[in-house]
This record gives sequence, structure tokens and C-alpha cells, in this order.
Amino acid sequence: MSSTDKLHEIRAIIVRHKRWDLVFMAAGMFALMIAVLTFTVLFAQMIIDGMPRLSWDFFTSFPSRRPGSAGILSAWVGTSLVMLVTIVAAVPMGIGAGVYLEEYAPKNLVTEIIEINVTNLAGVPSIIYGLLALGLFVYQLGFGQSILSAGLALALLILPVVIVTTREAIRAIPVAIREGAYALGATKWQTVSDHLIPYAAAGILTGIIIGLARAIGETAPIITIGAMTFIAFLPPSLVQTEFPFLSFEWLTSPFTVMPIQMFNWVSRPEEAFQLNAAAAGLVLVVMTLAMNGLAIYLRYHMRKKIKW
Amino acid sequence: MHESMVVHATPTQYKSEVRDLSFYYGEFNALKNINMALHEKQVTALIGPSGCGKSTFLRCFNRMHDLYPGNRYMGEIILQPDNVNILASNVDPIEVRMRISMVFQKPNPFPKSIYENVAYGLRVRGVRQRAVLDEKVEEALRDAALWDEVKDRLNQLAFNLSGGQQQRLCIARALATDPEILLFDEPTSALDPIATASIEELITDLKDKVTILIVTHNMQQAARVSDYTAYMYLGELIEFGVTDTIFIKPKNKQTEDYITGRFG
Repeated sequence: MSSTDKLHEIRAIIVRHKRWDLVFMAAGMFALMIAVLTFTVLFAQMIIDGMPRLSWDFFTSFPSRRPGSAGILSAWVGTSLVMLVTIVAAVPMGIGAGVYLEEYAPKNLVTEIIEINVTNLAGVPSIIYGLLALGLFVYQLGFGQSILSAGLALALLILPVVIVTTREAIRAIPVAIREGAYALGATKWQTVSDHLIPYAAAGILTGIIIGLARAIGETAPIITIGAMTFIAFLPPSLVQTEFPFLSFEWLTSPFTVMPIQMFNWVSRPEEAFQLNAAAAGLVLVVMTLAMNGLAIYLRYHMRKKIKW
Repeated sequence: MHESMVVHATPTQYKSEVRDLSFYYGEFNALKNINMALHEKQVTALIGPSGCGKSTFLRCFNRMHDLYPGNRYMGEIILQPDNVNILASNVDPIEVRMRISMVFQKPNPFPKSIYENVAYGLRVRGVRQRAVLDEKVEEALRDAALWDEVKDRLNQLAFNLSGGQQQRLCIARALATDPEILLFDEPTSALDPIATASIEELITDLKDKVTILIVTHNMQQAARVSDYTAYMYLGELIEFGVTDTIFIKPKNKQTEDYITGRFG
């Protein structure tokens, strides 16, 4: 075989093989487009429908029988308060559990079973958390159909996410840093509080925010524990003029949240209410995207000073 | 001077004596019945091929192995002047680490400021007064020959320093708490020749203040910085003595082969 023949053969093989690159690229692009386009169309539709309804009044009005004057005041206040309870409950518990599993727990079968279960808990359908919360918080502990019950239910829901990301963030810290701290005579707790948690903070924060972004849109568990679908008053204020200035009455107040307000409006026959639902949906999506954006920003910002 | 005469000199000049030390990673016997001594305010080098147990041996001195499950010590490391066996189960490893500092193979500064890196050992010991911290930090940085380079940027992140400066920062961090023994685990293996030379010079200077044990894979380095040298192979101490003797007239054939480069 002459060398030119051989060269032709090589070129033919390359052309044939490169065809597969093209095929895969087209297929991959198609798959990506389906995902991106679907979201874009949905989002665009929501903007078109909902945008005209968005105004200051929409945020400061209670729901109403008349679609034109109905607003999301009780929904966004409810969502904010429920999220507050979720953060207060899930953050210390999640970080504590994650740090314990990663740094303190003995490496044995029991720990391993717990670890596997924590990971699996992240995949449990949210309605199951709703049922648990209904039985435990609403009835057993007597918290009622309240902001407290809802916040704790969502805290349980995002707890696995917080635990898993806390562990991953801590595991990403090099052994050399840990040993450096121990070699100076630090105790476990000094190592954890002076080094591991501060250096893992960016990762932990990201996990918390991603968990919250999931919790904010959850509807099933909130319905299960009995949120109102129509509510025309606000929970008692967090602050008061007299000592001790903070009030916790709001915890036991009935409430509604954004996704339930949307669900309520979507199930109305009138066209105008559908537009309200689109507007509320737009607010919810923007809230979620903003939270994810914040997570990305924080991760980038806090990682800047940590190089390993 | 014969090697054995030096090793068995009057015990008062020993900072530490290792007696029948064996160490196990689970079932694996990594150190076998080691006997030697660290002479007060002298530099002792541990040499030997990779996997011979020299780092494992070094890490016994600050009970680093206690951080991981399944590790077991047998025998004793006696620390003077109080004649305490630092491997004893009733001795808290934290107490040992507060007396014996360590510098690691790769510079491992904390992602904190230069100042906070050096001050951390003091903070762990509960020192809060700013004046005391300032004084100790400056003293440690001067002893580590880093003060002039960093005195105007103590609040900058330690990561902004060069590799050699980072390692000197880690030495300052280890010195700030006035350790009785300073352990070095191949401290220059991640550094360029110029940075290596400055660390070696520093080690030589430091022996006025502190007893030093250094692991090195670089035989010239051992010859340059140490007063005593121990050659290890497969978890055993093959030969220990005055550095000059070990390098010029080793008693053991194995040591000679390793030092002359015929093996390892």
C-alpha cells in the first residue's frame, strides 16, 4: 500500500468518526433546547399574563372576591414568616448534625446507616413530611394549624439538604488544615468553630439557600397541615411597643403562603383570577431565582479568599 | 568519637528518649522497636527511603496518630525534664501538642490573616490581651526570619505569601507558643531551592532555642542541618549517631549503601 493510499484511508476514517460527533452534538443540543425552551415559554407566558397585574397595590392588598382588587399581602407575609421559622429551626440543626456526622461520630455501622438514611430522606415525597407534621406538630404537640407547624414541617423537609451540603463543605477542607489546627493544641470544638465551620460557611450557606428555594415553593405539606386558602388578616406583629418588644404570638396564627394563594386563584373559574395567579407565580419564581442567585454570589464571594 | 559514646551520654542532656517504640496502623506494624534519644537543643534528622516509617515516627511525638481510629502505640517516648511518657494513655494528646509543635510537609497556613495564623496557638491557650499577642507574634515572626517581609501587611491573607514565606509563617506559628521540641516533616519538599536554603538556615539558627527533629528525604539536607542522624528502613531504626559519623563512617552496610546512593 502506498503512503498516499494510507493517508486517504486515515482521512476516511476520521470523517466517518467525526460524523458521530455531529450526531451527538445535535441530539444533546435538542435535549437542552427542550429543557430551556419549555422554561422560557412558561416564564414568558407568566410575564405576559402576570406583568400587568403587578403593582404596589398587588403586594399590599388582601385577597378579595373581586379579582381586580385582590392582592398577595397575606401570602407573602405568611411565606416570609414560615421561612423565618424554617431557617431558625433547620440551620442550627442541619449544621449541628452535619458537623457531628463528619467530625465527631465514630466510624461504625450505626453511623453508616444514619448517613445513608439522611441522604435518602432528601428524596422522600414532601407530602409525607406534611403528614408527619400534621400528626406530630399540629396534634401531638398542639401547635395547631399555624405558622410554627408549617415552618417546622418545611424545616424537616430541607434538613437533609442542609446536613448533606454541610458535610460536603467540611469534607472539602484539606486534611492539612485540620491537622495544622490540632497540631497547635486545638480541641475538636476549637478546630470546628475556629476553622471548619468558617471555611465551610460558603458551601453551607449555598445548601441552606438551595433548601429554602425548594421550601418556598412547597405546597403539599402546607396544605396537609391546613393552611387557609383565603385569609384577610395578618398575623400579630413580631415587634411591639412594650417590653420585651418581641412578640411570638404570630407563631400560632393561621396563615397562607404564596403557592397556596396561587393554587386558590388557579382553581377559580374567572379568567381574571388566572391572571392574578400568573402574577403571584411571577413573584414566586423571581423570589426563587433571586435566592439561587444569592447562593451563587455568596459561594463566589466567600471562596475568593480560600484557595485549595 | 565513637557513635555509641554519644548516644549513651549522660541522660541529662536528652530532651527525649524513645524506648522500645512500636506503632501499628490497625494490623500493620509500621514502627518496630525503636530506641533512640533527642539531644537537647540539637537537630536530629530522620532519613530513609519512602515508606520507611520516618514520618510515622515523627508524628508519634505529637500524638498526631490519635486523630484517626485504629492506631496503636507500644513502648515509650519520655519527655524531659519531667520524665513523662507522652504516649501514656493517661496523658492528653492536646497537652503533648501544646509542648511539641509541628511544621508540615506542605505549607498549610489557615485562610486567615498573617497575624491570626501566628496568634492561633496563643488563642487556643486562651491568650486574649492584645499587647501580649502583638509581642508574641512579632517575636515568632522575627525568629522565623519573616518579620521584615510581612510587618507592614500583618492583616493580609496568608495565602498571598509565596510558598517559602508560607512555610516560614507556619514555622512562626509553631514557634509562637514556645515549644520544647519542634517537629519538621519534610518541610522543604514543596519548595524551590532558594526557599529551601532559607528554611535550612533558619533550622540551624533555631536550635539555640528549641530541640528539633526533622524528617527529610534529602540526604544533603540532613548532612547540612543536623547534629544527629537516624537512618530508618522498613519501620526499623538501622543506625543512629552523630551526623558526621553516619555520613563519613557508617557502621552499618545498609546505611552506607543508602547514603552513597547505591540504594533507595
